[in-house]
Formats: sequence, structure tokens, C-alpha cells
Amino acid sequence: MSAVTLTINDRLVTAAAGETVLAAARAAGIDVPTLCYVDGLSAHGGCRLCLVEVGAGGRLQPACFMPVAEGMVVRTDTDRLAEYRRMIVELLFAEGNHVCSVCVANGNCELQDAAAATGMDHERFEYTYPKRAVDASHDRFGIDHNRCVLCTRCVRACDELEGAHTWDVAGRGAGAKVVTDLNQPWGESPTCTSCGKCFMACPTGAIFRKGSTVAETDHGRDRLQFLVAAREKKQWIV
Amino acid sequence: MADRIVIDPVTRIEGHAKITVQLDADGRPTEARFHVTEFRGFEKMYEGRPFWEMPAITARVCGICPVSHLTASAKAGDQILAVRVPPAAVKLRRLATWAQVLQSHALSFFHLSSPDLLLGMDSDPARRNIFGLIAENPDLARAGIRLRQFGQRIIAALGGQKIHPAWVVPGGVRHALPVEEREWVRERLPEAKQTTLTAIGLFKGLMEKFRAETEVFGKFPTMHLGLVAADGSWETYDGAMRFCDADGTTVAEVAPARYQEFIAEKAESWSFVKSTYFKPRGPAGVYRVGPLARLNVCDRMGTPLADREFIEFRGLGREATNASFLFHYARLIEILCSVEKIEQHLDDPDLQSAHVRAEAGVNSPEGVGCCEAPRGILFHHYKVTDDGLIRSANLLIATAQNNLAMNRTVTQIAKHYITGRDVPEGILNRLEAGIRAFDPCLSCSTHAAGQMPLHVELVGPDGEVVSSLRRG
Repeated sequence: MSAVTLTINDRLVTAAAGETVLAAARAAGIDVPTLCYVDGLSAHGGCRLCLVEVGAGGRLQPACFMPVAEGMVVRTDTDRLAEYRRMIVELLFAEGNHVCSVCVANGNCELQDAAAATGMDHERFEYTYPKRAVDASHDRFGIDHNRCVLCTRCVRACDELEGAHTWDVAGRGAGAKVVTDLNQPWGESPTCTSCGKCFMACPTGAIFRKGSTVAETDHGRDRLQFLVAAREKKQWIV
Repeated sequence: MADRIVIDPVTRIEGHAKITVQLDADGRPTEARFHVTEFRGFEKMYEGRPFWEMPAITARVCGICPVSHLTASAKAGDQILAVRVPPAAVKLRRLATWAQVLQSHALSFFHLSSPDLLLGMDSDPARRNIFGLIAENPDLARAGIRLRQFGQRIIAALGGQKIHPAWVVPGGVRHALPVEEREWVRERLPEAKQTTLTAIGLFKGLMEKFRAETEVFGKFPTMHLGLVAADGSWETYDGAMRFCDADGTTVAEVAPARYQEFIAEKAESWSFVKSTYFKPRGPAGVYRVGPLARLNVCDRMGTPLADREFIEFRGLGREATNASFLFHYARLIEILCSVEKIEQHLDDPDLQSAHVRAEAGVNSPEGVGCCEAPRGILFHHYKVTDDGLIRSANLLIATAQNNLAMNRTVTQIAKHYITGRDVPEGILNRLEAGIRAFDPCLSCSTHAAGQMPLHVELVGPDGEVVSSLRRG
């Protein structure tokens, strides 16, 4: 595997050809915020939080998809990026019904973390207050579409790790939502194995353990990483 | 020409309200009304939410007594789960309710009402607040603030935070009381008890001075409603709801789950708070809830010092204990009882138990949770789908249950003191103080005590402002 050298934030960084800018940056200890990206699952490029500037013109590219190239010049930390990232998080908040104070994932939520990290101290967009439902028909888990940011982490975890592909996305635009099987109640899903990987993958309180009260969610994400390492590297490290 | 006096906002209460006094052509009051002007619409918001989330969501109704909403909500949840709550969890919940009663009552007495009582109803309104009290009697003000801190710290020790701790949950509580926090409580108990006894002594010493106010600040016979334990003693967490008549006769004593058979609610066009009455008697069935009512319905307090005060209180006679001004007195006795109860139960090893939460699915489509909030009996009634999502919710709060009595109180005060269009500020303050005796919680956020301006308008029948007075 050939190595390439690129510049990230004025630092020379070496990466393997075919690697993404995100992987190269993180390997070099440069933080790039992400929301829909999960190590070990395929990239989705949906949230746009990992946008970086590439080349002299500063073209915007998602780091999770952008392959590294010899001589590439990347910036991850410009004012423009900071502004866009904050705006992206604000748009996510405006699009759904996110109320941290009464959310099961309060204190354990990647959307909340992203808001803090991007300095979102208020919302500049009008809330859309969509009317969305809660499906609590499953024995162990529930999904609150109000809190879903359509990152599709549940869809990919279910498909790529569990292999069940119970979850998918239905609808378009503002009407898009994650569904189980043929858009039927989760509790009636013939394919769901109740493994809980979608819950572990969910960045917010959208997929929750039934019986959870406010701020009580522990997604147990380290177990997802344990599974990824076990599957890909045959390493069972806890 | 008929005029109207408007007091807006009413200060030193929890939330936003106004009082209007309707005057006849001779300037004599005909009727006074207490209006709650904020609409919140909580019950509708709850629909579709999982009932497990309800305690913490409903706690957001109020920053003063979130523990009461948590408790009533979790108890409704217990019924939906159809489980028996572990005994240790019941003890921990009780501890939280005593701390809640204590801190809320301390706030009502020291921060909100004592400026009227200690500085005087007619004192300078710019100083008639907690800061004026600090200037006048710093030791008492400090002791009162520390008493509230004592209660708040217990709530924080149990729930992790003072306000809106999401700690009481359907089936129990989240965790036990940490040992180091128990020791902090133990150290502060003697001070809390002493402060309460001082306040009780102070109030009893003032009763003669406020004889006139006692007679007209909502003194009329009504029924009373409160929880009582199986042995008839004072209760904040469980037990039966007991209605007694003005003369103390028990009219009904039933399980709180049957509240709809005994309590009717009606909406008024001029207030966002509903009024309730004792259903079997129709709208004439006015009853009061809260400290005064609890001390009128129970047979005894159940702790030594509080029982001594209780005997003295009831020794005043049933006519006297129908005076709303004595809410203050009853409140202080309840603080004392709470301090003693906390002391009595602090060494119970169950408070450190690991078995504090029963888990189950949805086993019943409906649940009624009831407890005593500081301001009076509180009901949460939920109906859920098979999956546990709220289909409908009904919250019956103390202030709604005191609403008819509060309206009669302001009418009584207005009729007694107002004799013409020229109304001194001290009289307007008495109208507010009559409301403050009930310590109504209008479910808004708190605001700085005594800092809001008082706006009074005399309005003619055509809506024209005849004269205007602004304070603050």
C-alpha cells in the first residue's frame, strides 16, 4: 500500500492511499467533528459536520468521504467551517423537536455534544415543530422520531453489523424518516433480532431503551466498537 | 359610575397573576377576583409521550415543588406498571417529600411573607421584601435562607440536583441516599429545628398584632381536604384523602384514585386556573387544601414537638382554624414536623438500600398518582396506550383547588378595607397578602421577590382609566 503526504492545517501528514481525510486527520491527532460517522460502519456523508476545506480555493468536502491525495492541502479549522458547522447543528435542532432538559439522552447525546463543541449558544432558525410520532411497540426499545436526525447510524449498524437490515429510510426531504421493515410498527417486525445495536449506534435519544427516564440513557457505544474490532480484526478486547 | 381596581402583577407569589376589584357607583367594592394570566397547556403537551418520561417532564411545571410533581407522576406510573414499589424506595420518596415541604414552606414564610409580617403591611414597599428583612433582622433572614438550603440540599443529595431532579421514577427511585450526605443532614438538623421553633414563637407573638387581618384575610367556613395516614396522622406521601367540614367533621375518606367522584373542575372565562369544588355539594362545596387544610383534617402530626404545636393550633377552635391567615402558622408547624420526621428516619438503613426500583412493562391502562405538594394535594392522572404512550393526562393542582377560596378571600379583604376610590398602597398590599397566605404556585418560573412593579388602575365602565397608581 503506497503512502501519500498531504498538508492538514499547515502540518505534513502521511496517510495510506485510499484512506479518507477524516482517518488521516484523526490518526495525526487532528480533531474533525462528526455526527453520522461511526468507526467500523460505512460512511454516509449525511450530516456534513466533518466538512473541510480542500485546495487553494477552499472547496468544501466531507472528510469522511474525501480520499487523501499526494500534495493535497486541507484545512479543518477555519472561521468559515466553524460558522457552517454551528449552522448545521442549529438546522438539526430547528428541524426536529429536541428538548434536552426532558430527553432520555440528556448528558449522553452526540447532538448535544456537537452543539456545545460548535458553540451553539442559541438557535437562529425558526423551529419547525414537526408533528412526529413515538413508536413504543417493541418489547425492549422505542423510537422517538422527534429526536431523530436521520444520520442512518441505526440503518448501517443493523445492516452491516447485525446483518438483519430491519431499519431503512422511507420518504423524501422533510418527510423522510427511518422505518422498520416495510414501515410497520417495530414490535411487529419479523426481521428485528432485538440485539440493540441500533440503540448503541443512535447518537441522540431517538432510539431509547424502554423504561428509560430522563437523562438515564447509556448507549454503551464501547460495545459497538468492541463488536467492530472483533469482527474486522478478530480482536476481542474489552 | 362603577370603577374597577386592578393589581397587576401580584408580587411575592410564585408566578404571574392579577387582582381586580369591581367598585359600584359609590366606590364600594362589589366583587374581587384573582386572575391567573399565564397559559401553559401542559396536559396537551404530554399526549404521545412515554409515561416513563412523565415525572421529569411534569416536574418542569414548577421550579419550586418539582419533587411533588415527580412523586405524583411516578406514583401514577407505579400503577401503570402495577408493581409494588420496594419499601426502601417508599422511604426515600418520603424523605424527599419532607425536604420539599420544608424548603418550599421556608421560602413562602421567610422570603415571601415575612416582610409583610415583620416589617408591616403598611411599611415602605421599596423595602418590604427579603432585602428589607435582611437589613432589619439579618440573623432571622440568614436563618430562614439556611433553613431553605437545608431542604434543598437534601433534595440535591437524593436527586443529584436541587431543581428538577429526575430521581423519582415509575417503580421507585434511581438510587439511595449517599452516606456522606446523610451526615451533612445530621449536622444541620439542630439548626433547622431551632430556626423553625424561633419562627413559630415569632409568629405566635405576632398573632395579636394581626388580629384584624386574621379576621378578614379569608376567614370563612369551608371544607378542607388533605391526605391522612391510616392512623389519621399528618401525611404527605400516601394514605387516604379526607374531606372534613368547617367544624372538623369527616365528610368523606377515600382512596385518592377515586378523586373524580368527589372533585369537580370548572373553567372560568377570566382565569387560566380552573376552580374545583366538592362534587356531592355542587359549586357551593368550596374546600381548601394546603397546610391549613392538612392541619384541619388530620388527627395529629405524629412527631413530639409538632404535636405540641398542633394541639395549641387546634386549641384555637374550629372557627379560628378556618382563617386563611393561619396558613402561615400551619406552614411553620409542618416545617417542624418535617424536620422531626427527617430526624426520626435518618438512621434507617433502608435509605442506603440497593433495592429501590421495581421494573415492569405496561400492565394497566390507567394510573392516578397523588401526594401532598407543599401547597396542597396534587393528582396526576394518566391514561396510556398498550405501549405506554400517554393518551390523556389530567393534573389537578393545589392552586386550582384553593381558587374559589382565594377569590372569596380577596373579596372579603376588599369589602373590609376599601371604602372609596382613594385606596392607600398598604390596603392594596393587604389584598396581595391575602393571596400570599395561600402561597399559590402559578407554575411559572420564580422571579426576584418584591422586585416587580405593582400597577393599579381604576377603570370606568367604559374601559377608560380613571386614575393610575404605580409602585416599584
